[in-house]
Amino acid sequence: MQLSTKTEEQLCIVSVQEDRIDAAVALEFKDAMREQTENSPATVILDLSQVQFIDSSGLGAIVAAMKSLGTDRKMALAGLTPTVERVFQLTRMDTVFSVFTTLDGALDELRH
Amino acid sequence: MPEDKTEQMALLPPFMVSIKGEELAVRDALGQFLSALQPLSLSVEEAGTVELVLAEVLNNIVEHAYPEADTAGFITIACAHRQDGLHLQITDEGKPMPDGIAPLGQRASLDVELDDLPEGGFGWFLIQDLAKDVLYQRIGTENQLTMRLAVAVQPTAAS
Repeated sequence: MQLSTKTEEQLCIVSVQEDRIDAAVALEFKDAMREQTENSPATVILDLSQVQFIDSSGLGAIVAAMKSLGTDRKMALAGLTPTVERVFQLTRMDTVFSVFTTLDGALDELRH
Repeated sequence: MPEDKTEQMALLPPFMVSIKGEELAVRDALGQFLSALQPLSLSVEEAGTVELVLAEVLNNIVEHAYPEADTAGFITIACAHRQDGLHLQITDEGKPMPDGIAPLGQRASLDVELDDLPEGGFGWFLIQDLAKDVLYQRIGTENQLTMRLAVAVQPTAAS
């Protein structure tokens, strides 16, 4: 599971460098996220712009990654491709996360 | 009379994809299945529906019907394209569905504390939400799931 992380003062950006988060890699994703976000700043932006497909296991892993941040830190999602966005909409999970169309949009909003 | 390309597209001939019931084979099956549908030029949304429903069905079979990877049998997906969409029949030789019927797949409540947010149980909800006429049957030692995906639907008006 390839993740690249960039940490700024108030936030960190985790970009998923894979085209799928599915059942085959869900556990791996969860572990990698925990590792990358340990001691992160208060806001974590998960950049999904390269991800073309997630299934329900991938969705569950993203939820688990958010939960592992606890109540003091927040996770926002950015760059959802159409099929990925649809999974969030169908399950209403888009109401649980802050969702931004683009990473730049997320940065503009969350840097302040 | 000028030909209207949108008027009638040929129906895709029936085809079948068969894989070993293992986690890693699911991606193969999805890839094979979607490339077999290429002549239909599905929209991104339609292709997403097909891939998502099939992924959920196959993942469930791998996880629940074939829980022991070393004894996993085959999963066969047969597809027939009719005017009202793609008719799928997915067959495996694993354990039967616990209640003998396909789960209803209710949407999980999200009105809960952070710690109680669901991390699973979305699979059958997505299948039931996106697919039509979902029917599970145990036939002898086989599980047979049939459903229709309303994609690549043909216009029915006679001309």
